[in-house]
Amino acid sequence: MDDVSFNVERGAVVGLLGPNGSGKSTLMRCLIGFFSPTAGRIRVNGVDVAERPIAARRQLGYLPEHVMLYPELTVRRYLGFVAGMKGLRGAKRRAAVSTALEQCGLADVAARHTGKLSKGYRQRVGLAQALLGDPDLLVLDEPTVGLDPVQTVELRSLVRGLAGRTVLLSTHILSEAAALCSQVVILKQGRLVAVDSPDELARRVERVGGVVVTIDGPVEAVHALLASLPGVADVERVEDGRGRAPTFRIGSNGAEPVQRAIAAAVVDRGWTLLEMRQEVSTLEELFMRLVG
Amino acid sequence: MSAFRALLAKELHVYFAAPLVYLVAAAFLAYTGYYFHSDLVYFVTFGFGLNIMENFWQIVFMDIRLVLIFSIPLLTMRLLAEERRLGTLELLVTYPVSDRAIVAAKLGACLIVVALLVGATALYPMWVYRVQPFDTTPLLAGYLGLMLLAAACASYGLFISALTDSQVLAGFLTAMPLLLLWLLSWNEAANAEATLPLLRALSLFNHFQPFAVGVVEARDVFYFLMLAGGFTWATLRVLEARQWRGRR
Repeated sequence: MDDVSFNVERGAVVGLLGPNGSGKSTLMRCLIGFFSPTAGRIRVNGVDVAERPIAARRQLGYLPEHVMLYPELTVRRYLGFVAGMKGLRGAKRRAAVSTALEQCGLADVAARHTGKLSKGYRQRVGLAQALLGDPDLLVLDEPTVGLDPVQTVELRSLVRGLAGRTVLLSTHILSEAAALCSQVVILKQGRLVAVDSPDELARRVERVGGVVVTIDGPVEAVHALLASLPGVADVERVEDGRGRAPTFRIGSNGAEPVQRAIAAAVVDRGWTLLEMRQEVSTLEELFMRLVG
Repeated sequence: MSAFRALLAKELHVYFAAPLVYLVAAAFLAYTGYYFHSDLVYFVTFGFGLNIMENFWQIVFMDIRLVLIFSIPLLTMRLLAEERRLGTLELLVTYPVSDRAIVAAKLGACLIVVALLVGATALYPMWVYRVQPFDTTPLLAGYLGLMLLAAACASYGLFISALTDSQVLAGFLTAMPLLLLWLLSWNEAANAEATLPLLRALSLFNHFQPFAVGVVEARDVFYFLMLAGGFTWATLRVLEARQWRGRR
């Protein structure tokens, strides 16, 4: 990891995005104090993770990428053990375990041994143990990886139900980040490439993407007109091979949307605007552009 | 403190949830029981009327010690190797608990199990006492010696268990050197005169023997405590190493 700095505001749900091997898990393991960074600082609520690891860990709940449980323990006993590890005792401990069981939909399997749980339930147990002790910050490493679609939806709604808590979650699925997060941090090979809200990223997509228009009119004149419009950076003829009216791909210079000007100009000349669409509109494409 | 207790309780639960501890206990009690029986027959046949401490209990304690040396690797091999293999260590070290508390709880759980095993052998002197009363206070030294020996061996076993994620390897690498320490000076005539004092100083056999006859000497207590402390220190360093080696 190199030169990765960002802040997570209280109450925010922040997604850590990046392809496999981009350093998401390493960053999280540094954050929870499992690895020590060779340089730089990590603070949780102002507590330095390297200097006061135990005080920092008290404020953290961590869900590792692969949830590993003790197969000999039942779900309830396991959560009781974790609650004890986090300093809860007696009635408080029992109450915290019951709440976590309830919150994560584990009440039905509380008496089952953790070795006999499905992947979806293991992940919930992982989330439940992270929630124990009411940590200020939840660190979730790829919470939905390996789950089937139903389990994925269930787990996402669990995470969404944590409203008010600060969550840092890593994922390589963009739609997940877009659905859950108020801010995304994009990593590539251990470096930070973007920090933004998913909406802002989507807007950036529109800005960088081109507009494709099909206009029924004289090719040369249409080309010249389009190139002269304000906000247009370049115009490129697109052959669609179907012998239709000329189609152009228009690159915007990002200053202002070009659609309105195109439509007005075409109507003004008496030509017919057959089609106009935004070319790139998925986060995936921006993502590829950022990390590719 | 609550984390230590939670971990101690979990370790004990895991011990008693698996069949291994019962098999070890059965073998331990069967072997020590058989040694007790055969030593008693020997004493009654050849040594009756002689000093019971020197001629009977010493032999029994030495035999219990031998069985203990074989049992401890089976009890320690799982402690950290299994956490490593399962991947649970990664989560364990993210809880607000010091490495010291983790090591103390694991070692503590193991020593509680050993204390139960060793404590069960108290049935033997109780039975002899019922038949023929004798001075039992020197036996306390013997039991102290057994627990000190167990603490040293278990610390070593825990250290080995921290190094690998294979229980079998951990058990093997724990048992072999313990056996060697026992063998080192068992036949003193087989060693060169120059090396003999060193071997005697190192040998588990020589440091345990005074306890077996009811004598507690500071240097023997120190020997076992130093071994236990040294290996516990080394275990802590191994756990710490995850931070710069970047492995689980």
